[in-house]
Amino acid sequence: MREKTRKLVITFHTTTDAMAMEKFCRGKGLPGRLIPVPQQISAGCGMAWRAEPGEEPSLRQAIEAAGLTVEGYYEVLM
Amino acid sequence: MIYLDNAATTLRKPESVILAVANAMGNMGNSGRGGYADSLTASRMIYEAREELADLFGCPQADHVIFTCNATEALNIAIQGLFGPGDHVISTDWEHNSVLRPLYLLEEQGLELSFVPSDAKGRHRESMWEQLIRPNTKGIVCTHASNLTGNLLDLKKAGRFAKKHGLLFVVDASQTAGVFPIDMKEMQIDVVCFTGHKSLLGPQGTGGLCVGEGVKIRPLKVGGTGILSYEKRQPEVYPTALEAGTLNGHGIAGLLAGVRYVKEYGIQHAREEEQHRMREFYEGVIQVPGVTVYGDYSSWNRAPVVALNVWDYDSALVSDELEVRFGIATRPGAHCAPRMHRALGTEKQGAVRFSFSHFNTRKQAEAAAAAIREIAGE
Repeated sequence: MREKTRKLVITFHTTTDAMAMEKFCRGKGLPGRLIPVPQQISAGCGMAWRAEPGEEPSLRQAIEAAGLTVEGYYEVLM
Repeated sequence: MIYLDNAATTLRKPESVILAVANAMGNMGNSGRGGYADSLTASRMIYEAREELADLFGCPQADHVIFTCNATEALNIAIQGLFGPGDHVISTDWEHNSVLRPLYLLEEQGLELSFVPSDAKGRHRESMWEQLIRPNTKGIVCTHASNLTGNLLDLKKAGRFAKKHGLLFVVDASQTAGVFPIDMKEMQIDVVCFTGHKSLLGPQGTGGLCVGEGVKIRPLKVGGTGILSYEKRQPEVYPTALEAGTLNGHGIAGLLAGVRYVKEYGIQHAREEEQHRMREFYEGVIQVPGVTVYGDYSSWNRAPVVALNVWDYDSALVSDELEVRFGIATRPGAHCAPRMHRALGTEKQGAVRFSFSHFNTRKQAEAAAAAIREIAGE
C-alpha cells in the first residue's frame, strides 16, 4: 500500500452529483479526481472527490459559486 | 419492406446509435458501483445522457432525469407515485393503456377518475375540462398526441389550465418526444414520461421521466442504488430515489447517441419530413371510395399518424394484405387505445395505422396510398 497522507475528500449524495462535480472540475481545470469513498467516512454516494487539503478553499468557493450539491468536506489520512 | 409502424417503434436507427450500444457492451462497467475506469465510463455517459435529455425537455435539473426501461414504467412510477385513494385525477379518451391501466389500478384502491371525452373526429371536448374539476382534483395525466389518430394536444394551454387549478400535470410524450418541442418550464409540466425507442431513435428497453422541481414521487420499486447502502429505506434524493437496480447502461448509451442525432438533425426538420410523408399518404387515400380516415386534419400540425379503415373489412386482414402483397408494415387492431377506439366507433373493426419516420421517403408514402387504393377498389 502507498504511504498515507492527509487528503481532502468531498462526498456526494448521489452518483449524479459526483458526475456533475467531475465534469465541472475538468471543465474549469480544477484539481482532484474521483475515488471510492474511504470506509472511515460515512457518505451517501460510493464515490468522492479527492484533492489536496490546501485546495479546499478554492474548490469550496468554485463549488458554491456553481451551485453544485455536495454532502460534506473531510480531511482524511489515506 | 416499407416500414410504416414507427409509432410502435422506429425500425431504422442511426448508425451512431448501433455503434454506441456495441461500444458500451465492450467497454462499460456498472455505473455508480465503483471508482474504477470502466464503472466511471458508464457513470459519465449516463450523466451526459441526463444532461442531454434535461436540455431536450427543459427539465430544470439533470439529476431530475430518471431512467426507466420504457414509457410504461415511467408512467407507472409517476401515476402510482403521485396519486392515491381519495385523490381525483383527470385524463382523456386519447390515452394508451400505459396511462389507463395504472389509473384503473388506483381506481380500484379508491382513486376518483374522470375522462375528457372525444368527439367523432377524436378531438377533446375542451369545454369539458373545466366541468371535470372537483375539490379533490389533484392532477391531470394525458398524452401529448393520440397514438391512434395523431391528434395533438396544446400542452401550453393544458399546462395553463392545470396551474390555474393548482394541479399536477403529467404528460405522456411517447408519440412526440424528439419530433415536437416540449419545454417543461414554458408548458408548466410537472412530469414528462418518454420512451427511448420511438422518435428519440434509441434502443428498446430505454425511457424515463423528467421531474419538475419540488415534485415528490414515491418510488415504485426499491433496492440497490450504490449509495446509502446501510439505510433500510430507499434514498429520497433524485435520481436515485426512483432508480433501484442496475440501469440499462448499454441501452442508455444508444439513447444518448439517438438524442444527439435528433438534436443535430433538428426536431423541426424531422417533424416537417414526417408531416410531409403523412400528408402525401393522406392525400392519396382521402378521396378513395370505401376509405374512412380517423382524426382531425384541420391542421397539418399533428403527429405523423394516419389511421383508416377500408369498407367494413377487418383491419387485421387489410394489414395482412398490405404485408403479404405489397411488403408494407402497418399496425391493425386496437393499438392499446381502448377509449379512443370506442369514441371513434371502431372497437369491433379496429383500424389500420400508418405511422411515419423521417427516414421514410415520398415514394414509400405514395406506394402505401396506391396499395390502399388497390385494396379498396377490388
